[in-house]
Amino acid sequence: MLKLQNLRAGYGNIIAVDDVSLEVGQGEIVSLIGANGAGKSTVLMTISGVVSCLAGRVLLDDVEIQGLEPDQIVRRGVCQVPEGRHIFPQLTVRENLDMGAFLRRDKKGIRDDIDYVFTLFPILAERRNQDGGTLSGGQQQMLAMSRALMARPSLLLLDEPSMGLAPLMSKQIFKIIKRINADHGTTIFLVEQNANQALHIAHRGYVLENGRIVLAGSGEALLTDPEVQKAYLGI
Amino acid sequence: MHYFIELFFSGLTRGAIYALIALGYTMVYGIIGLINFAHGEIYMIGAFTSYIVASVLSLYGYPLFATVIIAGAAAVVWSGAYGYTVERLAYRPLRRAPRLSPLISAIGMSILLQNYVFLAQTSDFISFPKLIPDLPFMDRYADYLGSSDVVILFTTLIVMGILTFIIRYTRIGKAMRATAQDSTMAMLVGINVNRVISATFVIGSGLAAIGGMLIAAHIGQINYYIGFLAGIKAFTAAVLGGIGSIPGAVLGSLVLGLTESFATGYVSSDYEDVFAFTLLVLILIFRPSGLLGKKESQKV
Repeated sequence: MLKLQNLRAGYGNIIAVDDVSLEVGQGEIVSLIGANGAGKSTVLMTISGVVSCLAGRVLLDDVEIQGLEPDQIVRRGVCQVPEGRHIFPQLTVRENLDMGAFLRRDKKGIRDDIDYVFTLFPILAERRNQDGGTLSGGQQQMLAMSRALMARPSLLLLDEPSMGLAPLMSKQIFKIIKRINADHGTTIFLVEQNANQALHIAHRGYVLENGRIVLAGSGEALLTDPEVQKAYLGI
Repeated sequence: MHYFIELFFSGLTRGAIYALIALGYTMVYGIIGLINFAHGEIYMIGAFTSYIVASVLSLYGYPLFATVIIAGAAAVVWSGAYGYTVERLAYRPLRRAPRLSPLISAIGMSILLQNYVFLAQTSDFISFPKLIPDLPFMDRYADYLGSSDVVILFTTLIVMGILTFIIRYTRIGKAMRATAQDSTMAMLVGINVNRVISATFVIGSGLAAIGGMLIAAHIGQINYYIGFLAGIKAFTAAVLGGIGSIPGAVLGSLVLGLTESFATGYVSSDYEDVFAFTLLVLILIFRPSGLLGKKESQKV
């Protein structure tokens, strides 16, 4: 579904990722793990078209999408939950969800999807008229994921969904990620520092170091890889 | 007491005009963090456009009401086109440049537009046609406020109502609010941020054009230079209310208009501008975020 070929991207004169090639298949959960500053978020922002691609190609269903405006990429079904959640602080929970469905016109479908995300995260239903900025970190993460789901994405990009969350909350978030994948067959590309949980739920994974892919394999294979264990799992 | 009420209404009228211009400053600042110094010139172009259209229409003997509506619409559309073009030419190419660059570009645009109107029209003051008729029912209150004050206040009220509706309930309005709050995230939900920015410039310019036409009809003369002082005053009002805040811009404008009116009425009209800018300096010292502005807080 998604293919990155020799991707190079960065900000101004700084190249943050170089020669990254990877692939995410239809219906898969793929995790990209790596340390702080390895370039994980840059990869996602380049896919979304926010950071410009300096070289290489981004293919979505074999069509090049690098160089498209971000809104065009969302139109093609690629939605991102960025690092730090980026909730619209002065919009209510409900309005935040409506923003997620910005490109959709089917009122009935939108209402159904709001019901669906409220079953995933009942707490959001309780807080629907509260400003997004007043939610706790975990609730904001739930809202950010729900907002992305409101666009009915075929490919969901998640940037550090567990960052700053209590262990129980982060467990719950990963459970929901699996459920989203199972319920709708939504393809998920996950970027994480929390290598353990990210690899547990992933079909496959990649390891990014200093802007380059250094390892690839199935989730289980990476979990048992001695290098990964030493560097990312603390075993 | 008579005098007080008279000053009060003349202050309100002033404030209403400032508000129409200040909204453009504050909306643009809210979305891209730029002070659009060419905004005063857009207001001036609005006044000139309505002058030209109204003059032509009166040659053909159009009734006054139709003249006002057509001239107003032409001013809004034409100024909107200017606002759009200024953004495309002078600001969009600098979107990723350091913040100082678009600011300098804005000042350049302001000088360019002023001189362009100076060359294309004239450097003299032109007398503006009397577009606002004397309303018969206003005779009784003529001591306090004139017909043009009433028309200006009502028009401003209606325009504000329409603006509030657009921002609150329409698609483009929601997109504008989202972009102002978090432009990266706005992109990620599929909002075409460039289009939102263009729309903001067009709406702000249209408001300024209405202000330009109203004040020209009120005062009775225009000149290529009127945008400068009006622009600076409206900018002062926007800062006073809290730049980036829409209700703030309206409140700031009313406070500024009333202050000027009372100060000129009770102290001296020679110092009209001094009072406005003293107020600006005081606000910047004691409440830099403005009356309704939020404190800029950086999250770590």
